[in-house]
Amino acid sequence: MSEESPQAIRAEALESILIEKGLLTAKAVDDVIALYSERVGPLNGARLVARAWVDPQFKKQLLTDATSIVESLGFEGGQVEKLVVVENTDKVHNAVVCTLCSCYPWAVLGLPPKWYKDPAYRSRIVMEPRQVLAEMGVGLGSNVEIQVWDSSAEIRYMVLPVRPPGTQNLNEEQLAELVTRDSMIGVEVLVGVEVPGEAS
Amino acid sequence: MELKGLIAPPMANGDVVFDEPWQSRVFGMARALCEQGMFTWDEFREQLILQIGSFTDDGDYQYFIHFFDALTLLLEKKQLFSKDELVVLSEQLAARPHGHDHSH
Repeated sequence: MSEESPQAIRAEALESILIEKGLLTAKAVDDVIALYSERVGPLNGARLVARAWVDPQFKKQLLTDATSIVESLGFEGGQVEKLVVVENTDKVHNAVVCTLCSCYPWAVLGLPPKWYKDPAYRSRIVMEPRQVLAEMGVGLGSNVEIQVWDSSAEIRYMVLPVRPPGTQNLNEEQLAELVTRDSMIGVEVLVGVEVPGEAS
Repeated sequence: MELKGLIAPPMANGDVVFDEPWQSRVFGMARALCEQGMFTWDEFREQLILQIGSFTDDGDYQYFIHFFDALTLLLEKKQLFSKDELVVLSEQLAARPHGHDHSH
């Protein structure tokens, strides 16, 4: 007998049937997976963030009309009907959720993490954001206001994280490497970099 | 990170998003069918919301099972496929000998 899970077998059966019917090819499925896991990915979002950190004009544009920017850059993946970028500051911390299902800005962040679809995150981040963020490693002072943005089919949100300290000498490309997916969902605060030679 | 190395998609800033390979296949099927015009992504999303919305027990929530059910229900609605075929083929596949297709 096979050791595969019943669900894995059902998925395999479905794919075989659809291929047999000529509705699908295995290559089309492979291409989608490659697109979302390699080419789309959170790197697109990270590049937007890094550029906003070094270019005030771009930042202004990103915060007022991110949709046009994404369209003009031609990111693959679609599904950004309207993208709104919200800026984290030392006074306001933004976090993103989809309480209804799992709407997510794929074109800039790739595939959503597993916990994003979890009912616990989806309900609790709205009810007790400070507590949930603390559990995820983001301890915020009581003076920091938290705003939670509920994504929908029409509007997807992305967070512009605070530029971490100690990064004055980094260029845009180096900055983009620091930006994590979670920081753009708003469940991580980027920490400063250790300057080589100074860190032990 | 659980299951690291088993599927380990090469993402620059992310981490593993699928627990098991079948989940990525199901996701890929849904997107590919949509791209080929079998249904719109909105239609799929609505079906998925119905599936997830009808789920009440938090104990065993598995997103991709809902995703799979939403896909098969939508395909049935579109008369592109029937669940009977799925049941028959699944039984056949489950009866294969161990180690039949380790191509990876």
